[in-house]
Amino acid sequence: MIGGPQGSGINASAEVFAKACSRAGLRIYANIEYHSNIMGKHSFYRVRVGDEDVRSYRDKTDILVALDHETLAGDGDHRRWPTHYGHLHEVNEGGGVIYDGEIGFDIAGGRTDLHFRAVPFMELIKKALEEVGKGEQARRYEVMKNTVGLGASLALCDYPFDLVAEVIRSQFKGKRSEVGELNVRAARLAFEYVKEHFDTSKFPYTLKPYPEPKARIVAKGYEIHAIAKLKAGCAFQTYYPISPATDESVFLERQQRDYNLLVVQCEDEISSINMAVGAAHMGVRASTATSGPGFALMVEGIGFASITEAPGPVLILYQRGGPSTGMPTRQEQGDLQFALHPAQGDFPHLVIAPGDLRECYQDTFSAFNWAERYQMPIIVLSDKKLASVYTTIDKLELMYDQIDRGEIFTGSEWTPVAAKGPNDQGTQAPGHNGNGHKLDLANVKEYLRYALTDDGISPRSRPGVKGGRFWATTDEHDPDGHITEGVEMRMAMMEKRMGKLALVAKAIPRDQQYFLHGPKDAELTVLAWGSTKGTVLDALKVLEAQGKRINYLQCRLMKPFPAEAVGRILREAKRIVSVEENYSGQLAQLVQEHTGVMITERANKFDGRPFSEDEMVRALSRVYDGAKAEPVVTHVR
Amino acid sequence: MSVSAPAKLTLKDYKSDLHNDWCPGCGDFGILTGIQMAIQQMQIDPDKLAVFSGIGCSGKTPHYINAYGFHTLHGRVLTVATGGRLANTDLTVIALGGDGDGYGIGAGYFVGTGRRNVDFTYIVHNNNVYGLTKGQASPTLSKGKKTKSMPEQAIQDGINPVAMAVASGYTFIARAYALEPKYLASIIVKAVEHKGSALVDVLQTCPTYNDLYTKEWYEGADLPEKRSRLYKLEERGYDGKVSDPNDREEIVAKKAAAVARSYEDDPIPIGIYYQAELPTYEDAVMQRIPTLGEKPLVEQDVFHRDVQPLLEAMR
Repeated sequence: MIGGPQGSGINASAEVFAKACSRAGLRIYANIEYHSNIMGKHSFYRVRVGDEDVRSYRDKTDILVALDHETLAGDGDHRRWPTHYGHLHEVNEGGGVIYDGEIGFDIAGGRTDLHFRAVPFMELIKKALEEVGKGEQARRYEVMKNTVGLGASLALCDYPFDLVAEVIRSQFKGKRSEVGELNVRAARLAFEYVKEHFDTSKFPYTLKPYPEPKARIVAKGYEIHAIAKLKAGCAFQTYYPISPATDESVFLERQQRDYNLLVVQCEDEISSINMAVGAAHMGVRASTATSGPGFALMVEGIGFASITEAPGPVLILYQRGGPSTGMPTRQEQGDLQFALHPAQGDFPHLVIAPGDLRECYQDTFSAFNWAERYQMPIIVLSDKKLASVYTTIDKLELMYDQIDRGEIFTGSEWTPVAAKGPNDQGTQAPGHNGNGHKLDLANVKEYLRYALTDDGISPRSRPGVKGGRFWATTDEHDPDGHITEGVEMRMAMMEKRMGKLALVAKAIPRDQQYFLHGPKDAELTVLAWGSTKGTVLDALKVLEAQGKRINYLQCRLMKPFPAEAVGRILREAKRIVSVEENYSGQLAQLVQEHTGVMITERANKFDGRPFSEDEMVRALSRVYDGAKAEPVVTHVR
Repeated sequence: MSVSAPAKLTLKDYKSDLHNDWCPGCGDFGILTGIQMAIQQMQIDPDKLAVFSGIGCSGKTPHYINAYGFHTLHGRVLTVATGGRLANTDLTVIALGGDGDGYGIGAGYFVGTGRRNVDFTYIVHNNNVYGLTKGQASPTLSKGKKTKSMPEQAIQDGINPVAMAVASGYTFIARAYALEPKYLASIIVKAVEHKGSALVDVLQTCPTYNDLYTKEWYEGADLPEKRSRLYKLEERGYDGKVSDPNDREEIVAKKAAAVARSYEDDPIPIGIYYQAELPTYEDAVMQRIPTLGEKPLVEQDVFHRDVQPLLEAMR
């Protein structure tokens, strides 16, 4: 773990270290905690390294690198209500603490088991600069403290320095290569300083690279969402800056030229969603990305897209701590119920919640196909944790590369596909819509954008196509797309639109809807969704080794909800506990609503931090052993 | 813009056969006619025309035009039209809506649109009231005014749409009168021909709720000597067109002149207040994504992208 004030570059150090480990064949899982602040407030980055897949973080760390006093002692000395008490309590027994010798931290009376290593950060930076004749500029290069911390920690755990130097160099290319070399120098000096001044052989935690490492990628969730969008043929992305969703759009903005993708920064999220709806109607694959407060503005656009049966957009909703502005940079799975019911009236839309980076790719990719085939907006529920987690992936599954653009009117040979009026059964006289037009649809020969077809899907056209002319209105409408308030047409159109949900439910692969992990017969069934997946799986591995038989039902498709299958699994379960990173247990509510299965044990965490593996193990053990579930809180001291 | 079809299209070809449900005598009819006359004069292919509207009486306009029509959300028409236009630059795009729609609930998008300068025309039906909800004060009704539909005088002041458009960056700003459809059509033609965001603020009567600014009022029937309360800018030697768009001083002077004219209230100037040929959003986009100069986004092949280089960079 490395901690320091925001702006001190802890993420660069952590990511360089993570990447160096990944290149050496190790698995990594790294996550950052930071404040909604540009400079100065406390942030820290955990990097967990493993031989096997690591999918969550642990409560404790083996090495702590502190760039400032607050990382060691917390902010109680300058805040009326302390937000934390430092990270020393999170260092494993016998672990190492590397800190800037200048910060004047008094280790007396504290953890006597720890290996404290005071390193003269600025002195080493100055030395590195002197080597290239820039010694007088040391203050300008203060930001290299992060690299010094990195170099020092590598010495402590005896990791080969060159592996890291190579990654540092690859981060500073072209004009910046000189800065890269400086960083390598500073890190090396720190590495040598620790080797020279301390006996590192006594340090119990070492890290060894694999001799023949397997090539993997290290990615963050927002990058994966963005790459899935590119792969799926998304041509139009809109956004308004908001944490933690912005990174995805900025990533895509960088790819505009190479991938023929237009990214528009809008005046607000209302503009973002509605521009995307406009573009979707034009026939391009359109998308946007936001977080809770932005989504709160976008909701009218969801209803708009749905009633006009727009083929999109795909919206990635990066949940963060709510309500209102809440905790902008912290984790929460708090928007499930909101995403399910974002706007007025009954309307079809899809909500899917991927659980890890691979699923982020699959679900984002699939969403564009579904949006066009079923002509409805799609919400992919991601969150802060998925967006910013930095972790190894073997490869992205290539089975998700088939583009399906749904039914399209091309203008060549239009036959009114089973066009029918709402009351064309028998010999009933045709009804009338609100504008006095006869509903004699069986004889209509021209293209109808909202034709009442057997399956509810009307082939779509787009402006510019000859003979495919249509009107789209947010009012209730007839097959032409003109406004109607007629009873029969209203009924027919509602049933047409809502009926599409049943088609979707049939078409989406079962594994993408829900998945039962672990043994079929278990003493306890964990009900969870979204980004807790890795944590639950890691915890189950620990609990299985303890002889506990626990399985895990991962719900992924939230609307339409696979009620029958989920209900069947849960009715067969001996006991159920839901784990969610929100206050109320929003999936538990959804399950109750759809299946009638009551979820009484809910281990919820709503302190803005994701579950650690240890917290998950404790929460599940507790219920497994027969106690009541209780809210889970991060131990801050 | 896409012009020409082999056989000359008549006005009838631009009319849909939908029954119109506006109040008899509504100023919307004049605006609808003005639009249809303009697109007929320009012989725009109806298949390559997309008309976007907001919500309110004016929002129904696209349904009466034989073209691709999008009747969107209250206040958001400009955002949807922008998305549509950027996705397919082969289309002629006309956006329209009421004064409440554009200058009230949609004010943020009115400003944003000016900043972007996307190439389309925005027609505002400006009748000082919210008609479809039975005549409340709109953002263009001045403080202290009271129509017969209002229980009290307007307590907020009206905004100046022309000045707001100048400040926001619209590159074509004009005003016309709904009951002079021929003149309106001539303005709309110029607006559509203009490259960039063009605002046409149309002074419009609402015979049902607005008893202040009626046909008779615009005609000055109440004045001791009857005369129109409108005058045409070009008839008084005004020229709002910037001759050298690289000349910042000229731009500032023309903007200042437009704003000064926009505060004249008796008679009210109609015609083109300001026009400058400045780079559009599309021009800027083409610099970022050169292939968009060859064909619109919707026709680009985006389904065979190689993302491998991005993944390689993550090793």
